[in-house]
Amino acid sequence: MHNNGEKLNGSEIFFECLRREQVEYIFGYPGGALLKVYETLHDVEDIKHILVRHEQGATHMAEGYARATGRPGVVLVTSGPGATNTVTGITNAYMDSTPLVVFTGQVPSSLIGNDAFQEADIVGITRPITKHNFLVKDVKELATTISKAFYLATNGRPGPVLVDMPKDVLNAECTFEWPESVEIRGFKPTIKCHANQVQKAAKMISKAKRPLFYIGGGVITAEASEELRKLAIDLQIPVTMTLQGLGAFPGDHPLSMGMLGMHGTYWSNQAVSNCDLLIAVGARFDDRVTGKVDTFATQAYKIHNDIDPTNVDKNIKVDLPVVGDSKDFLASLLEAMPKTKEDRSAWLSEIEAWRKQCPLDYTIEPESLKTEFVIDEVSKQTRGHAVVVTDVGQHQMWTSQYYKFTEPRSIITSGGLGTMGFGLPSAIGAAFGVTGRPVVLFSGDGGLMMNIQELVTAVFNKLPVKIFLINNSYLGMVRQWQELFHQEKYSFTDLAASNPDFVKVAEAFGCKAMSASNPESARNAITEALAYNDGPVLVDFRVVRKDMVFPMVPAGGSISDMLLARLNPKTMV
Amino acid sequence: MKHLISVLVENKFGTLNRVAAMFSARGFNLESISIGETEDPEISRMTIVTRGEDRIISQVLKQLNRLVDTIKVTDLTHQPHVERELLLLSLKLSKSTQHEIFELANVFKGKVVDIKQKSITIEFVGSPDKINTAIDLFKPFGIRELARSGAVAIHRGES
Repeated sequence: MHNNGEKLNGSEIFFECLRREQVEYIFGYPGGALLKVYETLHDVEDIKHILVRHEQGATHMAEGYARATGRPGVVLVTSGPGATNTVTGITNAYMDSTPLVVFTGQVPSSLIGNDAFQEADIVGITRPITKHNFLVKDVKELATTISKAFYLATNGRPGPVLVDMPKDVLNAECTFEWPESVEIRGFKPTIKCHANQVQKAAKMISKAKRPLFYIGGGVITAEASEELRKLAIDLQIPVTMTLQGLGAFPGDHPLSMGMLGMHGTYWSNQAVSNCDLLIAVGARFDDRVTGKVDTFATQAYKIHNDIDPTNVDKNIKVDLPVVGDSKDFLASLLEAMPKTKEDRSAWLSEIEAWRKQCPLDYTIEPESLKTEFVIDEVSKQTRGHAVVVTDVGQHQMWTSQYYKFTEPRSIITSGGLGTMGFGLPSAIGAAFGVTGRPVVLFSGDGGLMMNIQELVTAVFNKLPVKIFLINNSYLGMVRQWQELFHQEKYSFTDLAASNPDFVKVAEAFGCKAMSASNPESARNAITEALAYNDGPVLVDFRVVRKDMVFPMVPAGGSISDMLLARLNPKTMV
Repeated sequence: MKHLISVLVENKFGTLNRVAAMFSARGFNLESISIGETEDPEISRMTIVTRGEDRIISQVLKQLNRLVDTIKVTDLTHQPHVERELLLLSLKLSKSTQHEIFELANVFKGKVVDIKQKSITIEFVGSPDKINTAIDLFKPFGIRELARSGAVAIHRGES
């Protein structure tokens, strides 16, 4: 711990700033431009540095940590390739509004622009994928820049911020001054919702006959689940959630409708198409949610609350925008709503009929294993209480359908960018942040291979991550589209001949591993894996190879028009 | 329709890039952009000319506001404002055209800034419409080169 007024070098200032920001973990990888920082780090004990095996892994870990805890994730990488390797992870955090602060080493100021060894213009490269970024040109600006970076990453709509630190700046000395407050004149997010807009919203809700909450990740970010639960239950308004919104409202409550959109539940999409009032909170009308925009919720008066004004009227024109923090919105609504209970039984029974018409279900056969069964079984054995991390693809959509998320910050998944390789490292990051709840990863075999090197990080840190590998030896989602829409030309999606033996791979990393290929062995493996806490455990679930995720809205189609089961593709076109 | 947007930004390296990159990343039309320091050396004023339907323009304004380095974004289109552009026009010069060129330059209140035996450079200041007209009318004389500053604009004062 250093005090204001002490003479410090850039590296010491760097750690002192992280201390002031109460950083617990840094996910990092050393290199030439950061030698001074790692020299200082050698004697830093209160901030834990987690050595990753690839910088992309560091960014996903930081994101997993941030999503699980609500605190910003911190990344430290060297210049050039170290910095460019973070690009996918930063973009992922940008698309899913996760607070990250990424520190990159840079070549000495005098060499910038000279094509120096391990030089990359990372500030230029990351401008479109960060909320903001900085190049620190003078050690005197380091402390203020770092405090601004944390402020920007965590305030308003969260997002990644990058700070590029040239080697000479990290070596140079100056008097340390920690700024007491942060003032950025170009950044003044609207937190408090306009009272008139809230009043109007309340009036529309009390008039509505078929209202529906459409809840996004913003409600989880804003820690507004309690307000949502109270409102929805008091007013008997059913709740459908986006992929990132799952867990904002308890999945086992009768008012929960699960997810909407492309692989959402049939009854959610029918409800959206038939509601007379759609209350979007912390959601952004993404194309995976809306399908064809012209036919989206055409009968509904639309209220849209979001902290980011650019989300309003971007994809769908709404009737009542309410810019501001979702917690403030829901809390103000609670106050503004008349206390009379509404009778929604007609609307709720309409929804119930859609639910019965096309329920989520699957069959269990004794000799083959279905992904739905694995996820359902994990959901039951963890009572919906786990922190569930996914990779991207079919298993991700099945997770959204069959895992019953009961609390916020329970699903950590790559939504906006759809980054294969996100799962394993972000599960590791989540495991650093979470205590008292199991961290479960569902990953496909394709995605697991994309960052499998991070198994080392999990093993070395003895993290009890349950790696549930959904192994169909296909790039299953791509295969599904090939079957449905691309004349069954299975180009480069069959991995059976090239996949490794994942149990042996895991064991070579020092990770406990087992496999299962029928419901009974799967159930036992899940029980055993959940009970094992001395480090990571991998279960290789050899699932049915050619299953498809249904229901499904074909890309660009209307969400009221779902494919409910496999059809003969030749009759579809 | 055409919109004229005035943006006060932090006078820092990379700000112009942030704005221009945002336009290209989001597929917004960028007809012209000009930037210069204001009375406060820490702040620059950008004048942007763009085109689009109301929905697009509203996104343009919000996306500009969202950038951390923008301090104030104003759509001047429907407000009283003065808009000017500078044109430097270099023309082929000959005995036979010389007279007409001078006459026409006078009509547009042009100022001769360079003259050689076979070429003449004239400076024009005016609204972008006037500049467009000037270019059209001078075209028959043979334009050697031209440079336009892009529009700059400012609010009219209160009466």
